Amino acid sequence: MKVPYSWLTEWVRVPWAAAELGERLTMAGLELESIEPAAPAFCGVVVAQILSAEKHPQADKLQVCRVSMGQGEPVQIVCGASNARPGLKTALAVVGAELPGNLTIKQARLRGVESHGMLCSAKELGLADTSSGIVELPADAPVGRPVREYLRLDDMVLDLNITPNRGDAMSVLGIAREVAALSGEAVTGPERRPVAAALHDTFAVHLDAPAGCPKFAGCVLRGVDNRAPTPAWMRERLRRAGLRSISPLVDVTNYVMLELGQPMHAYDLARLDGQIHVRQGRAGETITLLDGRSVEVQPDVLLITDRSGPVGIAGIMGGERTAVSADTTDVFLEVAYFSPDAVIGRAMRWGLTTDASQRFERGVDPSQQERAMERAVELIQAIAGGEAGPLEVSRVDAQMPVRPAVSLRRKQLTRLLGARFEEARVQAALEGLQMRVEPSSEGWSVTAPAHRFDISIEADLIEEVARIIGYGAIAEGDALASEHFRALPESIPEERGLLETLAVRGYQEAVTYAFVDPQLQSRLFPDRGGLALANPIASDLSVMRVSLWPGLVKAVLDNQRRQQERIRMIEHGARFESTDGATREVDTLAGIACGPRMPEQWALPREMREATDFFDVKGDLEALFAALGAQSAFTFETAMLPCLHPGRCARVLRYGRPIGWLGELHPSLVKELDSVHAPVLFELDVEALTITRPAYREISRLPQVRRDLAVVVDESVPLSRLAERVTLVASSLLRDLRVFDVYRGPGIEAGRKSIALGLIFQDISRTLTDEDVGRLVSDVVTDLRTSLNASIRE
Amino acid sequence: MQDLESLANQALGEVAACGGLAELDEARVRWLGKKGTLTEQLKSLGGLPAAERPAAGQRINEAKERLQIAIDARRQELTRAQVERELAAGRIDVTLPGRGERRGGLHPVTRARLRIETLFRRAGFDVATGPEIEDDFHNFEALNFPPNHPARAMHDTFYFPDGRLLRTHTSPVQVRAMLQRGAPLAIVAPGRVYRCDSDMTHSPMFHQLEGLKVDENVSFANMKAVLHGFLQAFFEKDLAMRLRPSYFPFTEPSAEVDMSCVFCEGKGCRTCKHTGWLEIAGCGMVHPNVLMASGIDAERYTGYAFGMGIDRLTMLRYGVNDLRLFFENDLRFLEQFRTL
Repeated sequence: MKVPYSWLTEWVRVPWAAAELGERLTMAGLELESIEPAAPAFCGVVVAQILSAEKHPQADKLQVCRVSMGQGEPVQIVCGASNARPGLKTALAVVGAELPGNLTIKQARLRGVESHGMLCSAKELGLADTSSGIVELPADAPVGRPVREYLRLDDMVLDLNITPNRGDAMSVLGIAREVAALSGEAVTGPERRPVAAALHDTFAVHLDAPAGCPKFAGCVLRGVDNRAPTPAWMRERLRRAGLRSISPLVDVTNYVMLELGQPMHAYDLARLDGQIHVRQGRAGETITLLDGRSVEVQPDVLLITDRSGPVGIAGIMGGERTAVSADTTDVFLEVAYFSPDAVIGRAMRWGLTTDASQRFERGVDPSQQERAMERAVELIQAIAGGEAGPLEVSRVDAQMPVRPAVSLRRKQLTRLLGARFEEARVQAALEGLQMRVEPSSEGWSVTAPAHRFDISIEADLIEEVARIIGYGAIAEGDALASEHFRALPESIPEERGLLETLAVRGYQEAVTYAFVDPQLQSRLFPDRGGLALANPIASDLSVMRVSLWPGLVKAVLDNQRRQQERIRMIEHGARFESTDGATREVDTLAGIACGPRMPEQWALPREMREATDFFDVKGDLEALFAALGAQSAFTFETAMLPCLHPGRCARVLRYGRPIGWLGELHPSLVKELDSVHAPVLFELDVEALTITRPAYREISRLPQVRRDLAVVVDESVPLSRLAERVTLVASSLLRDLRVFDVYRGPGIEAGRKSIALGLIFQDISRTLTDEDVGRLVSDVVTDLRTSLNASIRE
Repeated sequence: MQDLESLANQALGEVAACGGLAELDEARVRWLGKKGTLTEQLKSLGGLPAAERPAAGQRINEAKERLQIAIDARRQELTRAQVERELAAGRIDVTLPGRGERRGGLHPVTRARLRIETLFRRAGFDVATGPEIEDDFHNFEALNFPPNHPARAMHDTFYFPDGRLLRTHTSPVQVRAMLQRGAPLAIVAPGRVYRCDSDMTHSPMFHQLEGLKVDENVSFANMKAVLHGFLQAFFEKDLAMRLRPSYFPFTEPSAEVDMSCVFCEGKGCRTCKHTGWLEIAGCGMVHPNVLMASGIDAERYTGYAFGMGIDRLTMLRYGVNDLRLFFENDLRFLEQFRTL
């Protein structure tokens, strides 16, 4: 909210300069967002009066004016504004004046006529973004007075960020109350002037929904001139607060809202039909609002209606049908109290936030409708004339909000804050906020003023005391917690350990969005439905990821575009599995690798310069599994996933239970996505990545014996089957099994392959003899011949 | 038969001239072998009178011995030379880079998060987590946000058509932890959070850390000390901190946490918008309604809670000036954070 400093000083004495005021308010919870001068710097501009204006002899659009600036001879000014006319008081930049934008006014000759200065528009003075014609000052503006002084432009505007609990602070009066609470000064403000009723006219108002609207002040005004100019001082205040001047009636209602925090509405009396009923909306009912939009309302929306239907949505916006116009002469003013519950959330349905709705949602002082009406009538009459009828208030007392007394215990105040304050200080802080404070046995019984909607429990009062005395006054207490030991399961790896294991193998961690491109995702996972957002930020970020791969694939493509050739990335995060409306968040570790096997370097054999393949990444996973212990628990089996190469895809299992995938991106996707290399991808359920605690096993000090065996089997026989048989037959004496070659080609029948195994044997209790080992190998061979139709290559 | 002396000299000369070990061995065989020239000399002793034989024999043996010594010396020389030649041939440029994989690394935000977790663990806080797809109850209602409350407008929430939402803050973990574990309780909950907002300084997905401590007699002063201690430890700087009244529905009293700017030490710079202060967290005493909604006796226990942006802490710690860099996954950026 924008508050001009000068306006505030009309309501309270401010013992601080603007910058310090901003700091004090910030430290009390009304955060200063910015502080700006009310007008940019300029000088040499005075109030002047045009004495005569004649057509320029050489130019149609220019006038030659004689302008008085109080003392000295009138000066001759050439002016292009069409509103320059005899008698007008305006702003004159004299020769030597400096205007915003580094403009210095010099004596000039315009189409052959001397000009001794410039008549200024509001835009030229930095007072408006756009303006038509020169500034029009009121007839009583003192000629010769510097414009800065006359318009009080040497003012600062504080832009304060008001938190949603502090509706009471959304006005000059509200900020003044806050200043008073902090400084001890009194809130004063302009004197109240009761409405002097010259007419008997009233307008009937019925409160049919008193829970939402228990109070409605109305007043009829006749003979108003809504074409009268709004005085410069009011236009200036509105401008500084961020509002545009429109017409006297609209300007005054806005002004009163800014000053007192009470939104109000002016109806064109001639357009109101019958009586006013404040009632709930009816299904299907529509209203055309002031901004021209037609909206449909629901039964929980509170309406102001006349005999012809809705004339406004309570607390949000008035209707077009009864709006005031330049021709309006008779008005009906509404100053109501709508309860927050009746307004909250309604405006958002139509994408609206209005100054009124913001205030009513947060709570408008239910006691000040009379005062606001008096102020509005006073200002309208001063600007636009007219005669008023009596101020009439409809009210349902039983529905008026009550402020209950809230108890504040001394002990709780000290306990919650961890600081002890003198009782007098506590009481002064609360009373400074216009709270009624009565002593009680345990502390105080406190009643908040009508304008505060955020004081309902003890903690609310504790906050008020703390913020007025200052959070800085609370010393940092002893922060040490009572130490206690908590479970630290060794089976759960540190996240850093998992990530580091892959990082040392060249993988860089990435963080991609959890919402992904639905097209890419369904291309990768046609059979997994992603949960769609109702309000995505962009169409290519609109479904929750069912896998981390869409994000990683995109990251690879992005990096390829940035001329990165070798890419290895991992990501740790949730994927969102959605089945039959139920969503499961699965903690996932995924990776992607493509490009050369090793970073480009000189010392690599040629085969290490080739593109990363399935087995490179499998090696990385094996390293990860080795880091978790019980590596043999993790196995890989041939499987199919639509987005992976059908011949290069494996399901990852742990103790036979599926925990993830490994494979090369399907060639058709590689082509379609225009990837430079075919990426290899993996994805693992983190929950399955538990550590098998090391357990000591006796080591054999006896020599080990190695036998190599080249086994020829059908292509369809995976190594895992072969290893399974060998392990089964050789039993506990087999210490290790290595694969040192896989060969196809001359000497091997088509459809078969030769796998060269290195078998390491060792016993724990005795040295194995050649005969022992020979017997074992021969058992193995016999078994492989029958179980796998293997032959041995000599 | 030649004169022994001249033979011996000839032999020594040949040995000295040998350029290789094989040549030297040939010379040795030629002179000292079974049929070597000097060995042959011994066979000629038979033709000498018996009285001269011992002296002549001794001279021959002495000549053989001298030659053997010379051969051994020459062999050593030649061996050394050969080793040197081999060594010279095997020399490498040790300044060439080594072979193999280069280190990858952790994401800077992960790196900072793990550091933050460690600091809080050591201060007695457990690390807790919660789901990212939340319901209205945990994200808002149990945190004392009434339906339609204007405070909800501060959170630009992503919704799913069924009413569920992406959590807008890590605060729902507070509720889950209290419901699960009860009091007393001390946790931090890091994680990803989402708001429907994207520009220079906002990402629709970002990282927060929630903190919650509930016990008997936990006070605002405790909270101040813990937050100040954490910030000083995280930044390894003796920085100033201040709390400023603010509003969050789930805490009362509530505060914004400002710390003195780490770049200008509070003197005022662009990062702190010339205020000398950086807004770094929100905090407050847990609202009694929140304790009650989580099944905790609000008369017996008090608690504080805080929430801070991990991304922002990371930016300040490592001097990253654009939040969006964290989510572009540009390897050239990420690679800068590869150290442990």
